[in-house]
Amino acid sequence: MAHNNDHAHHSAGSSPALLNDSRLDAATLIDYYRQMVLIRRFEEKCQEMYTKAKIGGFLHLYIGEEATAVGAIAALRPQDHIFTHYRDHGHAIARGLDINALMAELFGKVTGCSKGLGGSMHFADASKNFWGGYAIVGSHLPLAVGAALGMKMQRKDSVVMVFFGDGATNGGEFYESLNFAQLWKLPVIFVCENNLYAMGTPLEVHSSVTEIYRKACAFGMTSERVDGNDVLVMREAALRAVEHARSGKGPVLLEAMTYRFRGHSAQDTQKYRTKEDIERHRRNDPITRFRALLLNEGIATEQQLRDIDRMIDDQVEAAVRFADESPEPGHEWITQAGVYAAPIAVDPPIHGE
Amino acid sequence: MPIITVREALRQALHEAMQDERVFIIGEDIGHYGSTYGVTAGFLEKYGPERIRDAPIAESGIVGIAIGAAMVGMRPIAEIMSVNFSLLAFDMLFNHAAKIYAMFGGQMTVPMVLRTTNGWTQLSATHSQSFDVYFAHMPGLKVVAPATPYDMKGMLKAAIEDPDPVVFIEHTLMYTVKGEVPEESYTVPLGKARLAREGRDITVVTYSRMVHLSQQAADILARDGIEVEIVDLRTLRPLDMSVALESFKKTNRAVVVTEDWQSFGTSAEIAARLYEHGFDYLDAPIARVNFREVPMPYSRNLELQTVVTVDRIVQAIRKTLS
Repeated sequence: MAHNNDHAHHSAGSSPALLNDSRLDAATLIDYYRQMVLIRRFEEKCQEMYTKAKIGGFLHLYIGEEATAVGAIAALRPQDHIFTHYRDHGHAIARGLDINALMAELFGKVTGCSKGLGGSMHFADASKNFWGGYAIVGSHLPLAVGAALGMKMQRKDSVVMVFFGDGATNGGEFYESLNFAQLWKLPVIFVCENNLYAMGTPLEVHSSVTEIYRKACAFGMTSERVDGNDVLVMREAALRAVEHARSGKGPVLLEAMTYRFRGHSAQDTQKYRTKEDIERHRRNDPITRFRALLLNEGIATEQQLRDIDRMIDDQVEAAVRFADESPEPGHEWITQAGVYAAPIAVDPPIHGE
Repeated sequence: MPIITVREALRQALHEAMQDERVFIIGEDIGHYGSTYGVTAGFLEKYGPERIRDAPIAESGIVGIAIGAAMVGMRPIAEIMSVNFSLLAFDMLFNHAAKIYAMFGGQMTVPMVLRTTNGWTQLSATHSQSFDVYFAHMPGLKVVAPATPYDMKGMLKAAIEDPDPVVFIEHTLMYTVKGEVPEESYTVPLGKARLAREGRDITVVTYSRMVHLSQQAADILARDGIEVEIVDLRTLRPLDMSVALESFKKTNRAVVVTEDWQSFGTSAEIAARLYEHGFDYLDAPIARVNFREVPMPYSRNLELQTVVTVDRIVQAIRKTLS
């Protein structure tokens, strides 16, 4: 894998050749479509529920970036690990977390994936090695490196995949993490989702090097820039990176070129870009592109895909009902028993507990 | 019972802990350099570079890596050479180590220990601080600062075995302090204060190195027939006030001695709890002895006027009794 893979950013759709090379069966390909549409519909429903004040706090939607999560996570095995950032809905869905538990988390219910304690930015499911969304930009990268060190010391062949944005690549933790991971040849796949904005600050305003994958060169780390809006291209690149990491050769930095169609969060007025900018990028919608590919190559019929869309609509509606009907977390979560795995009672007790 | 130093007590605890394959130590200059304060000297040779991990000077990375490794089943001990450098890792400690259990609804734990050390000796403003209060302020952390070799060994063992993140605070001026320590393995539970000295006249509530200075002050006052009772808190979070309150209800007077700045410091919390729970027993305002509120000066003369001394403790006790 070359460092200076300047032309790796394909704007065209998945080539039929890649489709054939990947040797994926129709069911798997259609499942990638299903996952991407599920993320899209889930996020649209979140926006709606946010407007209805069913969801509070910040809401960062993954709409437009679906192919990155689905393609990258498709390269992992269940025993591999994921750490991600606050825009974590897409990764959670691609990892197979139950969307009922995700919607319930957003509604602040105890049936949520984090018992209603975390909210939108802190989805997690330890049973799926999905170690959580973290909301201090770039700060979860050292955690991912630590998990990779754990895997190496336990002689396991699991790898760790960590997602972050272009905005996270200017802070110290990014550089500390890349250095540690390369120094100790740890099995980490750093996936930078370059959506061209650090919140509302354009890439060329916030980063001295706008090709993020080149930042790996300082550490002698293998890196690659790929089309993150092409689920098959993303998957192929992730497979190469996972193979590299799993075989003991050390970490890889993948730069996935993508774009979010919605604001940074639900409150974003998007003064930093025009409607035309967004419309231009919409022509590169990862779902539209993959849908067209499946139809053009005869992998799925229009009817099949429409059935999937309808099934997803029902599934998302059911998740809202589940969340709505679920109970709220109890008072015990705001006692010391909710804060410590092994709380220590003291006398006089804290807050009269 | 053998009499050994704090340094040796810590070494014994770490050697015992290293019997568990999940335990590893990560920090700056813990291996090749031979360890700044000698605590892990010889460990690299004995346990090898995989488990005695000399780290780049990157405190945030060191603590973040310890957290991530702990989450997936390791038992990391992260060493921050001096507490002053821990500021660079506060985001890791506060936003991750302290929060992960609660924020994700109790589905994962962070069984790590952060060892670090307070202290001063003409190291000037940025190398002579105490951040005990910052650590102790944060729900989700457990914070211990023992005073004796016995507690150092037993509480470090307990901290390493604990499923929650523990900040273990040592003191550069205490590594040579000696005391009785059994050779065999034992733990001292976290979150339990102890009576360090019995006396009927006044209660000194303190912890870490200030226990020893308070003992010296008590020795001086004993010549005048003043009996000082000393409570060693040992753990700052959770704060066990039971021993201090029991003592206070007997003596009705208290002095709080802590080696940090007074405003919003650990002594403020300790005094507040004495007032809250012991108001009816109060015969005099509670006095506090702390650092003068300045960045630590280099000049030896000024430094000694800034830190807590035995003489200042003696004066505070006399004034509270008068």
